[in-house]
Amino acid sequence: MSHDLWIWMAAILTLAIMSYLYKDNPVYKTAEYLFVGVASGYFLSIYYNNVMVPNLFEPVGAGVGGLFTGKFTWDLWRVGALILGMMLFTRLIPRFSWTSRWPMGLLVGAYSGLAIIGFAQGDFMSQIQDSLIPLVEPGTAGAFAAAHGFTARLIAALDLLANGVLLLGLLSTLYYFFFSQEHIGFSGRVAKVGIWFLMISFGASYGFTVMARVSLALDRLRFLLSDWIGLRII
Amino acid sequence: MRREVPLLITMIVGWFMVLEFFFPQAEKWSSELQNWAIIMTALASVLGVANVARINMLKVSRRDRDWRYSIVLLAGMAFMVLLGTVFPMVRSLFHIDSSWAIGGGEFMGVTYGPYRLSGVAAGTVFNQFYDFMFVPMQATMFALLAFFIASAAYRSFRIRSVEAGLLAIAAVVIMIGRVPLGREIWHGLPEISDWIMSVPNLAAKRAILIGAALGAIATGLKVIMGIERNFLGGD
Amino acid sequence: MAGSEPILERLEHADRRWIFLIMLVAITVPLFLRVDLPIRVSPEVKGFYAALEALEPGDIVYFAADYDPGSKPELDPMIKAALDHLCRKDVRIIAATLWPAGPPLLEAALDSIAMGRYHKTYGTDFVNLGFKEGKENVMVQLGKSFRAVYPNDYYGTPVGELPLLAAKNAAGGWAVDTFRDVKLLVNISAGYPGTKEWVQQVRTRYDIPIVSGCTAVSAPEDYAYIRSNQLSGLLGGLSGAAEYEKMIGVPGWGTVGMSAQSLGHVTIVVLILIGNVLYFLNRRRRKEAA
Repeated sequence: MSHDLWIWMAAILTLAIMSYLYKDNPVYKTAEYLFVGVASGYFLSIYYNNVMVPNLFEPVGAGVGGLFTGKFTWDLWRVGALILGMMLFTRLIPRFSWTSRWPMGLLVGAYSGLAIIGFAQGDFMSQIQDSLIPLVEPGTAGAFAAAHGFTARLIAALDLLANGVLLLGLLSTLYYFFFSQEHIGFSGRVAKVGIWFLMISFGASYGFTVMARVSLALDRLRFLLSDWIGLRII
Repeated sequence: MRREVPLLITMIVGWFMVLEFFFPQAEKWSSELQNWAIIMTALASVLGVANVARINMLKVSRRDRDWRYSIVLLAGMAFMVLLGTVFPMVRSLFHIDSSWAIGGGEFMGVTYGPYRLSGVAAGTVFNQFYDFMFVPMQATMFALLAFFIASAAYRSFRIRSVEAGLLAIAAVVIMIGRVPLGREIWHGLPEISDWIMSVPNLAAKRAILIGAALGAIATGLKVIMGIERNFLGGD
Repeated sequence: MAGSEPILERLEHADRRWIFLIMLVAITVPLFLRVDLPIRVSPEVKGFYAALEALEPGDIVYFAADYDPGSKPELDPMIKAALDHLCRKDVRIIAATLWPAGPPLLEAALDSIAMGRYHKTYGTDFVNLGFKEGKENVMVQLGKSFRAVYPNDYYGTPVGELPLLAAKNAAGGWAVDTFRDVKLLVNISAGYPGTKEWVQQVRTRYDIPIVSGCTAVSAPEDYAYIRSNQLSGLLGGLSGAAEYEKMIGVPGWGTVGMSAQSLGHVTIVVLILIGNVLYFLNRRRRKEAA
């Protein structure tokens, strides 16, 4: 068993959170509220030390100091960010909350502008460009012909069909999301194929999600069994 | 004025961010706007924290349901803010050089400290509470999901249609194929798993990416042209 | 049979706490019984390894560790393995994070690997710039100037006093100040902001190769970026970490956790199967009874 009081504190809090698996209870609730409080205080401190001080207070201080020596620096413009940032806090005062729209407008504009460029070149153009591929990848037919054994032939066959399947999946899934035309008849069958590809991708996502969650639980168990109780595990 | 000025700000800033990509001459102004956005995003997060404090203080003052837990929340918040914000601010304002260290003793064979009272880096009390309070609690909250996913797999995952069957088959192949056990069951399983990820999964995800990109571009254009105004809220 | 019918119904709608217990046992037992199964390395992990292996001593890498304690179990093994690989190759590292809960974790990883294992010098071989809020704004700004975004490092030291970032070029400007001075961007990401945003905002705009390690939840989406060469390599979840640890020859928690991970997955598959068998049996029984 560990003699470290810090480890004991972490273990008790871990078990308090885990008690929720049995049922909601005051111990869990206390730990939950404590977490929210500690996390909030942590975030405030990190923002102060890592953002406010180096990016706002120090440049504005240097800028204001420069004014007294007759030297103007661009850093002084940051006062505008401080003023707009303070206007955000008027959201807490209902009578003046309308002034918070000014900084909100700046933030929404900044993120929207960046999103347009980011999505256009990062997702839209690049993904379409990479979809302009031959129906059969060069070399895959030869690899299929040369493969021996069931597994090798199966994998070679999948590689041979890969580009065709990819294009079929891409076009049918894109068509599924086109709701301006009713999905009946031939178009209904195409949309159905799109749904099948979506289901396969959701299944893949589900498999990876299971992997992620199991990993997280394993680490907590390792901490409790090894770091706290002191059992020898792998 | 209450809506027109913020809309104008949105349009000007938004167009600057877009045009900066095509006209490097706009870089200096767009850089300054991005610096402002960095500071204001942080202040928006601070606003969120302030709101949490305000709501819980109201809960305590009104003796609302679960008000005693709010005291725990506020105490934890105050403690971390004291160590991570107030003390560094005081040391900075009054130019205090002393490290304000505590601890440096031994108890039951374990050495504690010394820990600095002020600051956020390793070796501070603040960092100790991050390591042994914040980290285990957040990690455990996410770890609970493994149990919930097991429960959902048993009680809710029902293969009632062809589509659900495809989802289940893909999930099983990926779950087993991505771990070393999969190769022991059948040496072709990892390659099949890779193929599923690289072909049908990629096809569907790419279609979603393209569709989402079109939606994001359209929404972004509507915002910076002043057509989309929902973010302003009511009057 | 009439006596077994309620049992099957009861089993199908069993209290979920029994399922929790089954899952707990299933993932706890393998922690005591290590079974070393050979790990197969997937192509995207080979790509990640190749990108780091291609670096030369003295090259500079931007290490974006965008994660928090909620994803630490999956991403810490990747971060430590990547730092090990970079330090082994004497690559200089500029580390930072866009997640507010990330800086202490990043600091611990750098202290453990860069300083602890490889005795690298802070300020010369690696720097920790800490956290900055702003998400995509930070990413785009970094392409223009590191010091405009990070005037100080995580410890409050002005970046002009750090040898790695204080060097001047022949023209008198800063030698290391934008992504153009960096050979590779290594992103370990838990979500937003993360891999997707780095690819969208930085990859094409500043033409810098990117490799990514991400949580298993995010990995399926990032395959599209691998295929289009927007990402040079990808580590997906704990299994990706295990494969990468195998490639660099330094087994860590990724490798060690694979046997328990395997049994956890098998348990989920068995639960799905049993749940469905019970469901169809009970459905047939109800139809026959109706």
